[in-house]
Amino acid sequence: MMLGKIWAVFRKDLLIELRTKDSLNAMLFFGVVVLVVFNFALEAVRDSIRAAVPGVLWVAFAFAGTLGLNRIFAAEKDNNCLQGLLMIPVDRGVIYLGKMLAATVFMLVSEGVIFVLTLVFFNLTVWREVPYLVLVFCVGTVGFTAVGTLLAAVAANTRMREVLLPLILFPVVVPILINAVEATAIILNTVDYRVLRQPLTIMTVFAIVFSTLSYLFFEYVLEE
Amino acid sequence: MKDRGEGTFDAVLGAAVAAGMVLALYMAFLVAPRERTMGDLQRIFYFHVPAGITGLTAFAFNFVASVMFLVRRKHRWDALALASAEVGVMLFSIVLVTGPIWAKPAWFVWWTWSPRLTSSLVLWMLYVAYLLVRNYVSDPERRAQMSAVFAIVAFADAPIVWFSIRWWRDQHPSPMLETGGLSPAMWPAFAICWAVFQLLMIYLVRRRAALEGVRHDLDELMRSAERSA
Amino acid sequence: MLELRGVAKYFGRFTALRQLDLTVQRGDFVALFGRNGAGKTTLLRIAAGLSSPSRGSVTVEAATPQSPRAARGRIGYLAHATVLYGDLTALENLRFYARLFDLPSGDAELAARLGGVGLAGREHEPVRNYSRGMQQRLAILRAFVHDPDLLLLDEPFTGLDREGTEFLKGFLESERARGKTALMAIHDLPLGYELGTRLVAIDHGGVALDLQRRDVDFASFQERYDGLRPAS
Repeated sequence: MMLGKIWAVFRKDLLIELRTKDSLNAMLFFGVVVLVVFNFALEAVRDSIRAAVPGVLWVAFAFAGTLGLNRIFAAEKDNNCLQGLLMIPVDRGVIYLGKMLAATVFMLVSEGVIFVLTLVFFNLTVWREVPYLVLVFCVGTVGFTAVGTLLAAVAANTRMREVLLPLILFPVVVPILINAVEATAIILNTVDYRVLRQPLTIMTVFAIVFSTLSYLFFEYVLEE
Repeated sequence: MKDRGEGTFDAVLGAAVAAGMVLALYMAFLVAPRERTMGDLQRIFYFHVPAGITGLTAFAFNFVASVMFLVRRKHRWDALALASAEVGVMLFSIVLVTGPIWAKPAWFVWWTWSPRLTSSLVLWMLYVAYLLVRNYVSDPERRAQMSAVFAIVAFADAPIVWFSIRWWRDQHPSPMLETGGLSPAMWPAFAICWAVFQLLMIYLVRRRAALEGVRHDLDELMRSAERSA
Repeated sequence: MLELRGVAKYFGRFTALRQLDLTVQRGDFVALFGRNGAGKTTLLRIAAGLSSPSRGSVTVEAATPQSPRAARGRIGYLAHATVLYGDLTALENLRFYARLFDLPSGDAELAARLGGVGLAGREHEPVRNYSRGMQQRLAILRAFVHDPDLLLLDEPFTGLDREGTEFLKGFLESERARGKTALMAIHDLPLGYELGTRLVAIDHGGVALDLQRRDVDFASFQERYDGLRPAS
């Protein structure tokens, strides 16, 4: 029954997005902008650019992800829809999970497109690396949105809203960024993948710790 | 209304800190022996490291105060959380400034991405973010609640940050070596400096929290003034 | 049904509610009056559980609105915002809330209700395209879709067109006849007097007037209410 409500919240955000495509367009476009800028910025190291790709990817992912998170709460500000959610007899954690799911899906879709574009812009070929990359992308994204959804709710309640989110989110997700970039680099540029166990473990721990904390504390931050 | 002026305890503490600082300077510069490889430059260690340890203690206070606020909802805990975060940021600023002062002459770079320095930077950012959250929420009750949640997130994040940076550094080892070891002759100076920093932190947190208390009292006074108007 | 005891609410230096004690019995239809800034909105938000009091307690049928989630399901709140997702259709909006309130209503029943407020045939259009009057009627429907026992309304007639006003009046009168409980902030003195079974006025952050409608005629009520205002 609770699962049904989480699904209802998720489905509602997905439905709105599919109809307007506001978030996804912005996220994708921003990701492309980041890629192009980095292309110019890294011209001097064009020969060894494959080494820079992990960092570029995750910067693009993080910015796109932040945009998506902002939008997920911005939609509730219109017509004060948040008030409706607050009046429902459910654990606030249910709302958290529904929104986190939506944010994760949006971010993963953007990551897919950004990654394909990266292959094109940076002239890369990947084949056997793909399943490992998918794994790292998924775990990293879940960690990012686990704490991002909570902090987006915090930022939405302040005077600075969208501007505040990156400022408070990026320091907190440093472990995700460090480990995800390292893991991506290991996959793309080395052959021994056994080392992947360490970053994947840290990212998984991060995701579990912060989804639990966010679920428990969401009611304290979700206010009009 | 509670008298928030400097009571006897704080006055004595303040005097002890002042005296302690003089003693610490004496110990660090005159009593402690000269280090073999880096010479007098190494004496920064007596301020750089205690500032870091004390900063961590301040953040631990911030965590406890935030949890206590969520449990008890007493304004005093929120004041303590704010005070300890501000003092912690100050202490970590000292770490981040003394780091380059040490690094440049020692290793010819302004910044070493050592685990300690890098973690200090991220922790500093985390608690500046805490202060930002406080700055941009207008209502005092909501501000206390939201920043308490952020404080808990930040504190849970800190160990994960430390491990991540450590592992990252292991992947990309650096030739620069930071002194970790202390010879027995150095211990007295280090211990005194560490103790003085801790006392300084406690003194500043107490006074800052008292200032917040005064603000809170002022709000109440304004409210009752409005009532009788 | 709803009990507020010693409730005070501060926003920093500003006091919205001072010392408010109010008990609303089951079946009471309370019309809440007061000047702008008297604290009516704050009071309603606290009753709805959207805001917590700085001091004092709020209980709904012996359960606080903010903790035991179940209590929330018995409350319906309607204020100035429509609380509608503009990009979703009327049907999708209702379906969402029906789902979250665990209502067994299927699409057919929801569509029928939409027809009842004059939205038949328009239920598959995004709410964004509706006229203001249509949105307001839908907002009323949405706020009370779960048939709550306690209705909280913050100046619901403000800005309603004629069709909306008639609809809301009819709705409230039938709810009153069904024995529902309501706390409704209202500007219009005659309308409030007509709809309410109990007349309460808020002033200076507390209850200033509390009368049963059957004990007083409109003229004397108006006199007493006007008497509350300070001579300007």
